[in-house]
Amino acid sequence: MLTIVIDGFAYGMSLFVMASGLALTLGLMNFVNLAHGAFAMLGGYVTALSMNRLGMPFLATLPLAFLVSAIVGALAERTLYARFYRRSHLDQVLFSIALLFISMAAADWLVGPQQQLITLPEWLQSRFEVAGVAIGRYRAFVILICAALVVTLQLVLGHTRFGARLRAAVDNQRAARGLGINVGGIFAVTFAFGSGLAGLGGALGIELMGLDPSFPLKILVYVLIVVTVGGTTTLTGPFIAALIIGVADVAGKYYLPELGAFLIYFMMIVLLILRPQGLLAPAR
Amino acid sequence: MPTDTTCTAETRAMPKQGDLTLHKRVGDALSQRSRWKGAEVLFWLVLGASFLLLPERHLLLSEIVILGLFAFSLDLILGFAGIVSLGHGAFFGLGAYVAGLTAIHLTGEPLTGLVLAGMAAALLGLLTGPLLLLRASDLTRLMVTLGVAMLLLETVNKLSWLTGGADGLTGVVIEPIFGWFEFDLWGTTAFGYTLVVTFILFMIARRVVNSPYGLSLRAIRDNALRARSMGIPVGQRILSIYTFSAFIAGVSGALLTQTTMFVSLDVLAFHRSADVLLMLVLGGVGYLYGGLLGAIALKLMQDWFSAITPQYWMFWIGLVLLVIVLIGRERIDAAPRVFWARITGGAKP
Amino acid sequence: MQRRSFLIGVLAAPTVLTAMPVWAQAEPFRVGLILPMTGPFASTGRQIEAAVRLYMAQHGDEVAGRKIEVILRDDASVADTTKRHAQELIVHEKVHALAGFGLTPLALATAPLSTQAKIPTVVMAAATSSITEASPYIVRTSYTTPQVTSKIAEWAWGDGVRRVVTLVSDYGPGINSEATFIKVFSQAGGQVVESLRVPLANPDFAPFLQRVADQKPDAVFVFVPSGVGAPFMKQFVERGLDKSGVRLLADGGVTDDDILNGMGDPARVAITGFHYSAAHESAENKAFVEAFSAANNGSRPNFMAVGGYDGMHVLYAALKKTAGDSDGTALIGAVKGLSWISPRGPISIDPETRDIIQNVYMRRVERVGDQFWNVEFQTFEAVKDPAKSGG
Repeated sequence: MLTIVIDGFAYGMSLFVMASGLALTLGLMNFVNLAHGAFAMLGGYVTALSMNRLGMPFLATLPLAFLVSAIVGALAERTLYARFYRRSHLDQVLFSIALLFISMAAADWLVGPQQQLITLPEWLQSRFEVAGVAIGRYRAFVILICAALVVTLQLVLGHTRFGARLRAAVDNQRAARGLGINVGGIFAVTFAFGSGLAGLGGALGIELMGLDPSFPLKILVYVLIVVTVGGTTTLTGPFIAALIIGVADVAGKYYLPELGAFLIYFMMIVLLILRPQGLLAPAR
Repeated sequence: MPTDTTCTAETRAMPKQGDLTLHKRVGDALSQRSRWKGAEVLFWLVLGASFLLLPERHLLLSEIVILGLFAFSLDLILGFAGIVSLGHGAFFGLGAYVAGLTAIHLTGEPLTGLVLAGMAAALLGLLTGPLLLLRASDLTRLMVTLGVAMLLLETVNKLSWLTGGADGLTGVVIEPIFGWFEFDLWGTTAFGYTLVVTFILFMIARRVVNSPYGLSLRAIRDNALRARSMGIPVGQRILSIYTFSAFIAGVSGALLTQTTMFVSLDVLAFHRSADVLLMLVLGGVGYLYGGLLGAIALKLMQDWFSAITPQYWMFWIGLVLLVIVLIGRERIDAAPRVFWARITGGAKP
Repeated sequence: MQRRSFLIGVLAAPTVLTAMPVWAQAEPFRVGLILPMTGPFASTGRQIEAAVRLYMAQHGDEVAGRKIEVILRDDASVADTTKRHAQELIVHEKVHALAGFGLTPLALATAPLSTQAKIPTVVMAAATSSITEASPYIVRTSYTTPQVTSKIAEWAWGDGVRRVVTLVSDYGPGINSEATFIKVFSQAGGQVVESLRVPLANPDFAPFLQRVADQKPDAVFVFVPSGVGAPFMKQFVERGLDKSGVRLLADGGVTDDDILNGMGDPARVAITGFHYSAAHESAENKAFVEAFSAANNGSRPNFMAVGGYDGMHVLYAALKKTAGDSDGTALIGAVKGLSWISPRGPISIDPETRDIIQNVYMRRVERVGDQFWNVEFQTFEAVKDPAKSGG
């Protein structure tokens, strides 16, 4: 049943795009940002509204979703988040929950509580056959985009100066600062980028998961699962975790539909028992 | 927060007597802590007084007290043992269902249901406690507890022949307490009942926390490795406090079922665990009253805003929380003291 | 001791005074409206609230000499909040009737209160059969899932469908619906080859649709909450299931009028059965839809709205019948047997069960201009709730 696997991949990939930002902020800044889903929701609404009210084509709205979320993220980081870097985790939790409430209620007030629906362009609808396996076009599209993103991220992290500085800051902030690396600036850029990614993930997820003001809460649990199981020290960890979760969820529901949502939580617990520090974390 | 393990030159110089002196000092410090402070007495007096002074709000107060009990059970593990949990709702929900099922199948006597619920929750805590002992970060523990809570939700949903599934359990009839106090429409009995139960459990927990056992918990919270090297059985302590905390959470769930005479899947929903964590963080961890204060503050706010704007109250609560956290809880806590100092003309506080 | 009883006396006095029959001036008739205004079912609350306001705007706020006051409370679909609000409304605000109830557990939790306080309770949204049996003071103006589903199953058999896969969301109404469909369809001689339940939380239907495709049934019967219908339909079409000969039969909530326009062409594969369509052809409905749109930024009323609208009608009509007497038992007695033309068609309240008797329509989604509508093509008249009528 390759179709199921591909469906699972697509779902997992879109989860990863949303979760990658959180993995970055958590791993780098050690900041518990529960409001991450709000940026995903923002990106989703940008796409939905630009398509439905401004008539923009779907593809064009994707970079827009990324940009808007990134800019809002950058602003939020400079004005609000930065104040909490030195505060306790619990204060950070309180802060991000407050932001979450505000953003959900604001979305409700501005756009209304109903589901946002978009109509994909013709060439993204229906399926095509490859070697006897039917693949949904939209899902293939999502997989391609996310794969491209992952490759880009890996390249940036591994082969650019910025990436090197980022990794240094993640491994040992103090030493990095001591080396003259502008950690504060890296925080700002990373946060903005992570928020942008979340926005893009939200935009891509409309077709797969729907969009309404309670969206941040709905995906919060899944995103947290991906980040926890995958670990926050690498980006590949969450990627693999997202794929596993995506495929397990979809395949589980196909082969054992009576179990329902049971499987995903069970798997998470098992994986965490086996590898409590994350999938690819170095042994401690 | 550093533990206060000062060891002055004095005590080092006199080995045998030094041990005794240190022992005595710790003993004194503990009994100091367990002495009743003025603010505490005032708190309970006000809470008790609200029983008489606010007869129209008994329903809301009853709900607040239940949530406060739930929140302070979380404080036992979060504030005193340093365990972060997003799944405490599992114990709450289990307690709620056990109380409901007891009332339907066994007996409508409330105290029986209460004890059974607490024990069931404690059992679950005992069984899932070992998961917390994984060598893992806070985040992992958070997600594991969350996973357990979600699994319980799914299980209860599947067992709909027993639990009524999404429609909930109806026909939960609770007999009058001691055959005397009937659960009335005004919620008076409910409030009195929950207040008394909460007070008793709180007193017990207070004793536990201000004992050497409680001290060892704080040591574990601050630095588990060091605590272990001092000979404290870390695993055992964590398990025992987790079980105790689960018991109390189960009791709070049972109280909810008994006072509303209804239980549905909602008691196991994610938002229960999230709300209680929020209340506790709002009120402050580590001093037992944080849960109660946070519950009072948040629930009152929610009720107040919700009556003004049934649709967008979440926005205003978010705003208030944001302001509170921006100002900083330490400053808010210190505000009365600062204010008092200013009034008394800058006298030393 | 004395002081305490004095205190209680002082507190009790106002309660006693207000309970005495008022002879000076007619007391307003207060209705406690408890709806999910926030949370995942917020759109239910909004639609009903808008409809209630519309009814009062159209019919005035006075009946039989008494002014009607509606007090709105949000329960965010949490049953203990609903119960607390209901209790507070009864004891505090001293309402004469309760209304709303977006979900089954919310109504069931409140039932004992309705009985204890003898308060007529109008269920405007919840759809499980057993609700009206939970208290003799409950009357329903929404619908029951068996009422609608049984007719869909009947129609399906009549239309030549023989093998069906049921696919429902794993919650109360969904399971109810699945049970009814299986019962009625099997009795007629059909075969339900598989029953799938989808978790409420995650609407990725890929694995379930794959199983449907594997079975190659004549039709798939679907029940999902409104809002989830759209992604379902899209994925159904995306997989080419409609082209492979599997018909899509669904409870009308799947093509909810509120969001039907946003669903686009994929929705046209669905044949639904329901008690209300905004495209219902009658003068009353046309007026209703126009007035609703005008008052609410052009949005369309859906079945929740009509449940709220008719719920208010029940209260107004009952109060008129009792000539302003707001005694609970008298009111609920007056409710039984009421019948009138609602925007959805002719409806009446069953005097034995206090449940709603209404037409069930089979509809197709059709495009008219740039809008999509549920166009009715067959009517089942005066359908009672089968769970109670033994039908």
